[in-house]
Amino acid sequence: MSATDERLTYMANQIAANFAVMGVEKAALATADHIATFWDPRMKQRIMLALHVDAPAGSPLNEIARRAVERLIELGAPLPQVQATTFGGVDEPGLSDAG
Amino acid sequence: MAWIGEIDLGTKPARAATQTMVSLSIDGHAIEVPEGTSVMRAAALMGTTIPKLCATDTLEAFGSCRLCLVEIDGRPGYPASCTTPVTPGMVVRTQTDRLKQLRRGVMELYISDHPLDCLTCPANGDCELQDQAGAVGLREVRYGYEGKNHLKVEKDSSNPYFDFDPTKCIVCSRCVRACDEIQGTFALTVDDRGFASAIVPSQKQDFLSSECVSCGACVQACPTSALQEKKVAEIGTPDRAVVTTCAYCGVGCAFRAEMRGEELVRMVPWKEGKANRGHSCVKGRFAWGYAQHRDRILSPMIRESVDQPWREVSWEEAIARTASEFQRIQAKYGTRSVGGITSSRCTNEETYLVQKMVRQGFGNNNVDTCARVCHSPTGYGLKTTFGTSAGTQDFDSVRQSDVILVIGANPTDGHPVFGSRMKQRLREGAKLIVIDPRRVDLVRTPHIVADHHLPLRPGTNVAVLTAMAHVVVTEKLYDEAYIRARCDWDEFMDWADFVAQPERSPEATETLTRVPADELRATARLYATGGRAAIYYGLGVTEHSQGSSTVMAIANLAMATGNVGIEGAGVNPLRGQNNVQGSCDMGSFPHEYPGYRHVADDATRQLFETAWGVDLDPEPGLRINNMLDAATEGEFKALFIQGEDILQSDPNTTHVAAGLAAMECVVVQDLFLNETANYAHIFLPGSTFLEKDGTFTNAERRVQRVRKVMEPKNGYADWEVVQLVARALGLGWTYTHPSEIMDEIAALTPTFARVSYGALEEHGSLQWPATDAAPAGTPTMHIDAFVRGKGHFVVTDYIPTDEKTGPRFPLLLTTGRILSHYNVGAQTRRTDNVAWHPEDRLEIHPVDAEDRGVRDGDWVALRSRAGDTTLRALLTDRVAPGVVYTTFHHPATQANVITTDYSDWATSCPEYKVTAVQVSPSNGPSDWQERYQAHAARSRRIERLGEPAE
Repeated sequence: MSATDERLTYMANQIAANFAVMGVEKAALATADHIATFWDPRMKQRIMLALHVDAPAGSPLNEIARRAVERLIELGAPLPQVQATTFGGVDEPGLSDAG
Repeated sequence: MAWIGEIDLGTKPARAATQTMVSLSIDGHAIEVPEGTSVMRAAALMGTTIPKLCATDTLEAFGSCRLCLVEIDGRPGYPASCTTPVTPGMVVRTQTDRLKQLRRGVMELYISDHPLDCLTCPANGDCELQDQAGAVGLREVRYGYEGKNHLKVEKDSSNPYFDFDPTKCIVCSRCVRACDEIQGTFALTVDDRGFASAIVPSQKQDFLSSECVSCGACVQACPTSALQEKKVAEIGTPDRAVVTTCAYCGVGCAFRAEMRGEELVRMVPWKEGKANRGHSCVKGRFAWGYAQHRDRILSPMIRESVDQPWREVSWEEAIARTASEFQRIQAKYGTRSVGGITSSRCTNEETYLVQKMVRQGFGNNNVDTCARVCHSPTGYGLKTTFGTSAGTQDFDSVRQSDVILVIGANPTDGHPVFGSRMKQRLREGAKLIVIDPRRVDLVRTPHIVADHHLPLRPGTNVAVLTAMAHVVVTEKLYDEAYIRARCDWDEFMDWADFVAQPERSPEATETLTRVPADELRATARLYATGGRAAIYYGLGVTEHSQGSSTVMAIANLAMATGNVGIEGAGVNPLRGQNNVQGSCDMGSFPHEYPGYRHVADDATRQLFETAWGVDLDPEPGLRINNMLDAATEGEFKALFIQGEDILQSDPNTTHVAAGLAAMECVVVQDLFLNETANYAHIFLPGSTFLEKDGTFTNAERRVQRVRKVMEPKNGYADWEVVQLVARALGLGWTYTHPSEIMDEIAALTPTFARVSYGALEEHGSLQWPATDAAPAGTPTMHIDAFVRGKGHFVVTDYIPTDEKTGPRFPLLLTTGRILSHYNVGAQTRRTDNVAWHPEDRLEIHPVDAEDRGVRDGDWVALRSRAGDTTLRALLTDRVAPGVVYTTFHHPATQANVITTDYSDWATSCPEYKVTAVQVSPSNGPSDWQERYQAHAARSRRIERLGEPAE
C-alpha cells in the first residue's frame, strides 16, 4: 500500500470514528457523504480501489469506513449527496459546508 | 500626538443609555446635548474650542491641566469644563477676560519648564502645547528659564519606534491614562509628586525593557513631542492621510496612513474605525517597515530548476512562462494535475481572482487557502450547527458581556486590539473563564484575574467541553424555552442524553483532561448562569484532530444556554490573518464557490458557468495537504501560490518540501523570497497592502476598504498580476479596478449582494450579510432564527488523537504566536519588532528542564516522530509540567519540522497543537537545519541582468 493509500485509509477511518456515535449504519452513510462532498475524484477512486485490493477480513478500513466505501462503490463515483448528514444540503441554495 | 485633520471633542460622549437631552447656553448660544455630556464636549459640538491639554475624547476626563476653565452662572470659581457635566438651563461662558488671564497664567507656568525649540522640534506644527499657547495668547514668560527645571533630563530612545523626551513632558497623564484605559497594560505611571513628578515605565525602567507593549496609545495621546514617533523626527510631519485597513491580524483595524509625498510617515489608528475604535498594536501601528525592506523582490524571476540561481526577467516573459508551463503540464498530465493557493493576507478581490483563475482557467477545483491550516474547522462547525461559516457577533458586543469564555486563544498577543477591548469589559466586572494549557497573559494581568483557568491537557478540548455540557444538562442549567423555540428539540434530547452519561462527567474525565472536577463544574455553572456569556476561541480549538468537533461542541454549549442571537454573547472565532474570513467567503476552498456553495450544486455551478463562459468541474478539488500527497506520487505537477509560505507554515516541513520538490512548476507570488520560493521556478513580485485597492473582511464579517496610498514598487498590484496570467491563459479578463471585481462578486454571491465600493464609502464598512432591512450589515447574527432554520445540536464524541506520548517522546508540544510577530514572521522579522522577539524559544517547565539538565537560555534539541530542530530554552511555569511550547515565527527554527501529518478529521486542518516530543541539551543546529540553511542560501542566488549570481 502506498503512502497516499495509507493516508486516505487513515482519513476514512478517522472520519468514520467521528461519526461512529451515530450508530454503524447512519455513520456509514455520513462517512460516505463526507467523502463524496469533500474528496476529489482521484482520492475517491483510490479509496475504492484500496477496498477492492484488500480482502474484507484484512481490510485496513474499519467497519464504518468500509461500509461507507462500499456505499460509494455501489452508487458509483462521483456521488450525489445522500442527505445522511443534515449539514450537507448542497441542493438548497446557499447551503453547503465550509471546510 | 494629535490627530491631524481630525476633530477632538475633548471628552467621550455621554455614557447614559437613555438619550435624555439637556438644553443649555454657551456663550449666548442655545444648544441641546445628551445628558451626561461635558461642558467641553457640548461647546466643541457647537464649534467652540475650549483650550485644553489633559483632555482628549479618547480618554476619561481628568481635570488636571486647569486650562479648560469656564464660568458658569450660579457656580463659584472656575470649574474645569472637561469634568463638568451639562445641566438643564446652565449658562456657560468660555471666553472672558478673567478666563483669558487665568489660562495665560497656567500656560505661562507650563512653558517656563519647556524647551523653546519649536522650530527644530519634530512636532512643530503638530503640537497641542504649541497650539494652546497660541490659543491663550501667550506672549511672554515672566518667570524666566533660569530656575529649577527638567530641561536636562535624558531622552529614552530604547523603543525602536518612538522616543520619550522628558524635557518636553508636561505630566498631563494622557499617556498613563491611555495605557490604563485603552490598552490596559498599566505600564506607565507618574512617579513622585509635585515638581519631581515624572512619567516612568514600569519600575523606572526604559520603555523597551519595561512592560510596555508598544501599542502606541501613549504616543498618540501625548499632546507634545515628549512621546514622538522616530519616523516623524526622521521624515517630518505628514501632509496627507488615507484611511485604510491593517494587513495584520483578523481584528481589521482601520488606520490613517499619514503620508508626505509617496513616503509613509506613520500609521495612526482611526478613531472612526468600527473594529478598533481608535486603538492599535505594535504590529499595525509601527511594523510596516517591511514594505520598504531591502529584501523585497521587485523584478520577476524564473529558473529551470531549483538548484539554479534565479534570473531576472521582464514581466512579459514571466507571465508568458507561467501560462505556458501550466498549459504544458496540463496537456501532459491532465486537467487536474495543477492548482492554486489563495492567501488570507491578500484582498477579497485578489483571492476571488485566484480561485476564478483555477476554476475557469485551469478547469478544475484544485484551489485551497491558508485558512485550511487555521480556521477551516470553524467553517465546518459553525455552518453545520448555525448555518453560517462565520462568527456571530461584532467586536462591540463584548461591551455587553457578563461572562467571557476564552478557549484556545491568546487575544492579548494574537488579537491585541480586541484583547484590550475585552480587558476593558473585564475591568468593568465581567467574569472571565480561560481554557488553555498555558497560563496566557489574560489569566492574570493588571486588575484582571480569571475566575477560572482550566489548564487542560492538550488534545482534550472535546472532553472538557462535553464535561461542561454534562454539568449544564444534569444540573438543568439549560434554557429550555430557547431550545424549544430556536433549535431542534429532538436533536437536543439526543445530545443531552449523550453528554449526561456518567462517563462524560467532570469527575470521570478528570484524569484524562487534568482539569479538577470541581473547578470544571464551577466553570460550567458560571458560563450557564452568569448572564450574557460570550465564547471567543482561536487556533487552540481548531488546530486539532478534533478541531471541527470542538467548534461544534462550543456551538452546542452556546445553544443549550441560549447564548446565540443576543448582544454580549455568541460564538466568536478570532481569525489569525487579516482576511481569513474573506478568503473563505471568496470561494477559496476546493469544494465550494464564493458564498460557501458547493461545486456539485447544479444551480450555483450554472450561475458561474454563465458568468464565466465555461463549463466548470462539478467535483471537489484537492486540499493543500492532498495536493502535496499527490505531488509526491507524481500526479500533481504545478502550483500557483499567492502570498502564502507553505514550507514554513504548514506541518511536517520535510513532507511539504518533498511535495514541492516533486512538482515541475511552482509559482510564488510574494513580497519576499520566502521559504516556499526555495522550491519555486517562477517568482512574481507582490505588492503590499499600501500599494493597492481592495477590501479585507475581518473576524466580525466586516468588509472594509484597503486603499492605495502609494504606487506598487513592483509595478503591479497583485490583482493585476493575476489578471495578466489569466489573460495569457486566454481568459480575456478586462478589470480596470478592483471595484469591478467586487461588483462581479456581489452579482454572483447572495451574502455580498449589497457590497460595493459605493456602499463602503457610504457606510464606512459593511458586516455581511447586508440586506435591504439592514443595509449597513448585521452586527449580531441569528437574532430571531438561525440561518439554517433550527439550531442543530451535534453529538461530538471525544476521539483521542493518535499522536501519543511515550517513553521516546514523553512531552506534548503546542505551538502559537507572540505579540510582536505575525504568522511566519515574513513581515515582522523585517521590522524592528525583532527587538522584542529575535528568535523562537522553547517554553519548558522548570521541573521538566531540571530532569533533562537544561538551564534557561540553553540550546536544546526538540525531537518528534516527524523531525528535529534546535532552539533555546525558556524556563517558565506558564506551561504545565509535561507540556512545552514554541512559536513558529523564525525560519531558522523551523518549528514545523516537528509537527506531524495528523489533522482534523473533517477538514484536514493540521494538528499543530499536539505533538509528542522529547527535549534534550544540544550543542548546535540539527542536520536538517544545516542542510536546509545550505539549500536556502543556494536557492536564493539571483542573476541580475548583466551581473553574475549573488
